[in-house]
Amino acid sequence: MLADLPLRITLAAAALAALGGMTSQAEAADIRIACYSDGNECPATKVLAERFMRDNADIHITIDEMPYKQILESVPVQLAAGNGPDIARISDFGQVAPYQLDLTPYLADAAYWQTAYGPVLDWMRTGPDDHGIYGLMTQLTVSAPIVDKTLFDQAGVPIPTKGATWDDWAAAAAKVAKATKTPFGMAWDRSGARFSGPAISEGAKFFYSAGHPPVVDDGFKAMAAKFVKWNQDDTIDKDVWVSTGGGYRDAFEEFANGKIAVYLSGSWQLARLQKQIGDGFDWVVGDAPCGPGGCTGMPGGAGFVAFKGTKSPKEVARFLDYLASEPVYAEWMVMTSNLPANLDLQKKKLDYKLSPAGIAAMNQFQANAATLTPLAYKLQGSPLSRPMFNATVDRISQAITGQITLDQAYERITSDVADAAAAKNKK
Amino acid sequence: MIGTAVGHGWGRLYAALMNLPERPMRWAQGHLPDGRLGWLFVGPNLAIFAVFTFLPILIDFYYAGTGGTNLLPTERPWVGTENFSSLLACKDYLDPNSCVRDQFWYAIWNTSEFVVLQVALMLFFSLATALVLNRKILGRGFFRAAFFYPVLLSPVVVALIWKWVLQRDGVLNAAMVGAGMQPVEWLLSARSAFGWTVFVSIWAHMGFYTLILLAGLQAIPADIYEAAAMDAAPPWRVFRRITLPLLMPSVLVVLVLGLIRAVQIFDEVYVLTGGGPGSATTYLVEFIYNTGFSAQVRQYGLAAAASLLLAGVLLVLTLIQLRGMRPTKGDPRG
Repeated sequence: MLADLPLRITLAAAALAALGGMTSQAEAADIRIACYSDGNECPATKVLAERFMRDNADIHITIDEMPYKQILESVPVQLAAGNGPDIARISDFGQVAPYQLDLTPYLADAAYWQTAYGPVLDWMRTGPDDHGIYGLMTQLTVSAPIVDKTLFDQAGVPIPTKGATWDDWAAAAAKVAKATKTPFGMAWDRSGARFSGPAISEGAKFFYSAGHPPVVDDGFKAMAAKFVKWNQDDTIDKDVWVSTGGGYRDAFEEFANGKIAVYLSGSWQLARLQKQIGDGFDWVVGDAPCGPGGCTGMPGGAGFVAFKGTKSPKEVARFLDYLASEPVYAEWMVMTSNLPANLDLQKKKLDYKLSPAGIAAMNQFQANAATLTPLAYKLQGSPLSRPMFNATVDRISQAITGQITLDQAYERITSDVADAAAAKNKK
Repeated sequence: MIGTAVGHGWGRLYAALMNLPERPMRWAQGHLPDGRLGWLFVGPNLAIFAVFTFLPILIDFYYAGTGGTNLLPTERPWVGTENFSSLLACKDYLDPNSCVRDQFWYAIWNTSEFVVLQVALMLFFSLATALVLNRKILGRGFFRAAFFYPVLLSPVVVALIWKWVLQRDGVLNAAMVGAGMQPVEWLLSARSAFGWTVFVSIWAHMGFYTLILLAGLQAIPADIYEAAAMDAAPPWRVFRRITLPLLMPSVLVVLVLGLIRAVQIFDEVYVLTGGGPGSATTYLVEFIYNTGFSAQVRQYGLAAAASLLLAGVLLVLTLIQLRGMRPTKGDPRG
């Protein structure tokens, strides 16, 4: 009997341990993240999530990687139906604003978040009276001209430097295209956000003092007229904006295939630039082109947003707390070759694993981030920024094809945004 | 021996299974009033139909009368006919730019033009192809399969193939440059892009309609043609007086199915042009999709109202089909 005791105790202990293990497994909070990648954001997050789960056995994280379009179109519907993920990587915060979870009560140190991520937290808020913390930016992006230096060198045309205007850039790009028999001088991503940077440089104000967005003013019109003209005289590759209706389209492939000399895109393309172009040709990032409104691109980026529907708000906050901590966030940015949205990290040099061209590009994007105007930040954070961007793309595209005049396009942009605002406000 | 036993076992199992409905059926026959037994058979199907077809239609009507951007019906404010009046508000219906919802009217006019052109051309080419394939030509089996093959492809695949052919650096332009010609921006000009959507749609669906017409042609009794041949009737007269009248039921089916399909055009065009350039190839279903599901500010009510207007058009076309297929007095089919 006594001889049996140790065995019995061992068996009982093993059974209890197994039961305990099962219980903790059964009680593990499941967190589901809907994610899309510009480069490698989702795989990089998976690596960090696995490390986090090793130290937090009570949390189980699943990352569902899906196309950007699916996030944009499906996640808001899932959330409305009460069937959404716990966290999603979102770039259009206005769409999911009603479903966002204020993480403030769950965060270990909300004050740290306010200090480290202050300006970009506004982008997820619904207005000046909203002080919630709804998520963590997975990057800070900056739009800027990306230049095929090899083509410029072949043409003997100097790359426009600090203080150059968009007119200077367009003229230089057209000269390079002509000299090197490249089909087009420039291409801009088909995106209202991309257009807005140059428009702000040109003097567009986007907001009345009361805060209502009229979108179209003299600065906006000046840039729209130039943009349409450049599309029609083949300075810009109109295929990008015109051949496809609907939403976003980038011009990366055109640039990577050497068909354009200057490409207006942004820092999120860095991983692709490194991977796809490599040593194919020399490329550099240019200074933000200037105008009467300043020398600015557009800030932006996607963030991990938490949702009210989650059954595990504490665990969601714990994971985001982990990602937001400075060393982990710095590692994450290095892994994904992204600019940090963390203000302290913006002042430090991160040890990016990039080629010399990539490092130079990253430094230039960082320098351009410093010249972003407050208006650009405000526009990006406006709940109506997406309707403004979409109306801009739709109507300017119609004007380029000649379906409507520019004046009609201005009227339609104004009425489209007013219509979207009215629909949003209808309760 | 064992095989026989197994065979008997299966046989008994099969018989038991087949007899399974007998008891409930006998019970139903005994208890249900005369003529009501049919409901029992169609009941399950009707239930599915009610949940997945009737209920969505009712919900669609409700959404069409509500506004705002919330998805849940309980959170949507009632706006009555506001969505319809907004869609139909126009100074000049022929000029979409004078309408409050110009994109809707671009979609209406694009769809109308598409339907007229696509259906007429498709009927013509399907008929011509069916007439040729009905003759004893060399490789008839191969050509029948070749014309039908695109029907088997997914519309998205069809669109991707043609995008690959038509884009600026596509196969067609490469061939033209190879032949010393200038490349053409097929999908950048509004008229050209529109024309290609018509062509691609015909290419993709013609095989199906050709098959219907071919079946109709083969159902025409050969002795009528023999009698015509004995009377030395010229081919055109044979076609006009014998083939066409006897093929009319099949032509009507093709016409109505083609019309309905053309009004519903979406998938191929969405992938091929995305509705561009500008709004040159934005058709009605794409407008509904963009308004309700793709735009950042989703106006479900507006999309529902537009879909009801589209449903009205389809209903009229279906009624025409039903009327056309109803046997007339003296019709031997009746």
